Amino acid sequence: MSSVTAMSLDRAGFGADVFDAFIAGRKEPAWMLDARRAAFEQYLNLLADDLDPEEWKRVDLRVFNAAKFRPLNAAGQESGKPAAMTLLRDQAEYGGSIAHVDGHTAHCHLTPEIAAQGVLFGDLATLLAEHPERLRPYFMSQAVRPGTDRLSAWHAAFWTSGTLLFVPRGVEVELPLHSLISHTQNGVADFGHTLIILEDEARATLLEETASADPNAAGLHVGCVELIVGRHANLRYVQLQNWNQQTWHFAHQAGNVDAAGSLQWTVVGLGSRLAHIHQDVNLNGRAATAEVNGVTFTSDRQKISYYTQQHHRQQGTRSDLLYKEVLRDDSRVIWRGMIKVDPAGQQTDGYQRSDALMLSDSARCDSIPGLEIEADDVRCTHGATTGRVDKDQVFYCMSRGLSRQEAMHIIVEGFFQQVYDRIPIEVVRETLSRTVQGKLGIEAVA
Amino acid sequence: MSSVLKISDLHVSVGETPILKGVNIEIRQGEIHALMGPNGSGKSTLAYALAGHPNYHVTDGSIEIDGVNITEMEADERARLGMFLAFQYPVVIPGVKVADFLRHAISNIRNPERKEGEGLIGMREFRKEIRERMDELGMDPEFARRYLNDGFSGGEKKRMEILQMAMLQPRFAILDETDSGLDSDAVRVVSEGLARLSGPQMGVLIITHHERLLEFNPPQFTHVMLGGRIVETGDASLAHDLHANGYATVRQRHPDAAAENARAEQPTTV
Repeated sequence: MSSVTAMSLDRAGFGADVFDAFIAGRKEPAWMLDARRAAFEQYLNLLADDLDPEEWKRVDLRVFNAAKFRPLNAAGQESGKPAAMTLLRDQAEYGGSIAHVDGHTAHCHLTPEIAAQGVLFGDLATLLAEHPERLRPYFMSQAVRPGTDRLSAWHAAFWTSGTLLFVPRGVEVELPLHSLISHTQNGVADFGHTLIILEDEARATLLEETASADPNAAGLHVGCVELIVGRHANLRYVQLQNWNQQTWHFAHQAGNVDAAGSLQWTVVGLGSRLAHIHQDVNLNGRAATAEVNGVTFTSDRQKISYYTQQHHRQQGTRSDLLYKEVLRDDSRVIWRGMIKVDPAGQQTDGYQRSDALMLSDSARCDSIPGLEIEADDVRCTHGATTGRVDKDQVFYCMSRGLSRQEAMHIIVEGFFQQVYDRIPIEVVRETLSRTVQGKLGIEAVA
Repeated sequence: MSSVLKISDLHVSVGETPILKGVNIEIRQGEIHALMGPNGSGKSTLAYALAGHPNYHVTDGSIEIDGVNITEMEADERARLGMFLAFQYPVVIPGVKVADFLRHAISNIRNPERKEGEGLIGMREFRKEIRERMDELGMDPEFARRYLNDGFSGGEKKRMEILQMAMLQPRFAILDETDSGLDSDAVRVVSEGLARLSGPQMGVLIITHHERLLEFNPPQFTHVMLGGRIVETGDASLAHDLHANGYATVRQRHPDAAAENARAEQPTTV
């Protein structure tokens, strides 16, 4: 299939001229520039390799043309362009917030009380340059590695702005932090990177969202999320992808959880023209736990693809993944999930489930769970369902006075409710509920 | 003036199979009617057809409320006109809380012109009301926060139907074997609940095999259905007689309908 074949550089559209122009504009330490050059070499080599067919064979990239997108050297926002609308920022009290516009950090704030505890929060490139000895060991070397595939290498060469959160040992940040990745201009390529490091016994919550200011501006996001959770640490991370439907979204996302640490990770896919997310959860220490929640709602001709892996590397680890997808119109969702248990992963408790609800005959969903188990004393269960709205449920609602539309809507909201119930952050639950209603076409009438 | 639900010469098919073959019943607000009959006679078909289930096609005849023909109406329009069906098998709706569901339902029933997205009944008023009704039915208030019928026992589901009826205050309520599959305590709760709710404002059609529900709610009329028709109508003593003696004598008095009923039963007995 052509979508997984190797790509020539011409078609890839990001050649040496683009790379040279990109790094010429960056004032970065030598180690960072060297790493970019090395990654760019890898990128060129990886273009000749096939993408992993297991991961990519259902994702059709034939009409994707990277040459239409370029990173912007000019910092910040063009004057007169409206800012992207955020769903989360004004909904709660935050301990800090950061906003990226077209691949550049436009705004950053952290309350002094939190900063005084040694927490670092802000622009990734700036903080990496300021604290290389402390932060560099975590950057693209533990969770996501540049050489994984052409997208990770592409990102490692061109990563633009990003959000860094570092919480020192034993520090508990009570208030959530907010991060916004936004596009305002047509043709922008952003390579945003999110790196969260929780040292042992630290706690924090980061709510991140992506948004487009202009519903018609085409955009490209080649992102990376790295979550490093220390021993007995607890991280709650939400990424709400809400690009316009002209945006391509590719991301490598990985969370590493050390002994007795816990990660609660919520992935929301509402926007984009085509999105592909490679999500790895690595349970690296004994009794590490991860709960992964997925909320996806596609419409029109959107395509969203997930490739998830729950990797149990140590004894007594637990992972629990629940993805829920609702599909309208001609949209398509692909979920390929895998639970992997290493020989050392005895007494693993692994669970994965994907439920899809189709609201139209022309929507399509592929859900493919999988297990790869090399230990002999584990409990791993998986499941996937796809179906249409149950006619008996609709009739039951209608017999109580709900219109057909309202019945459909309440059933869809109920379908998502089962995953909202697992999200421990009220503002996220409320925002999702409201946003889903919006996408269903329910507008509150005053 | 009291409302009338008028069922005239009603013919209903499921798929290509005719089930009801000319049913006539007239129910006024304040009346209690019992509908009895052996399996396969068409009792549940009548219930679904009255509520407007899309799989039950009216091929002839009509259903009217106060002269308004509702035969072609969707289920929600009928509900907004005051029709209510207590389901024999209530449907589970995962993730939808009882309270949220009922708040939507009640907002539509009390404001039949309401469009989706328009205001719901005030939360305070609603909470007070649902608490009172649950209290009357001896229900744990915690039920309001549970997902509709999800993980409910048989008795809990039936009680939930009665709660919905209490909240929606329909003009016409059809109870489709609301007392089946319940232990005697649950039957008593449901029977007492119905007795408290029915009154001059509600016309009730009780479909039942048991006597208990009718003891608490003595019918003015008892209809016997056989082979898709009402073959006899009497008073409460007819219901009592059928409970005591079964349908053998009814079959003898109506051999043609009994034969049709036997044919209708066949597919399910194979």
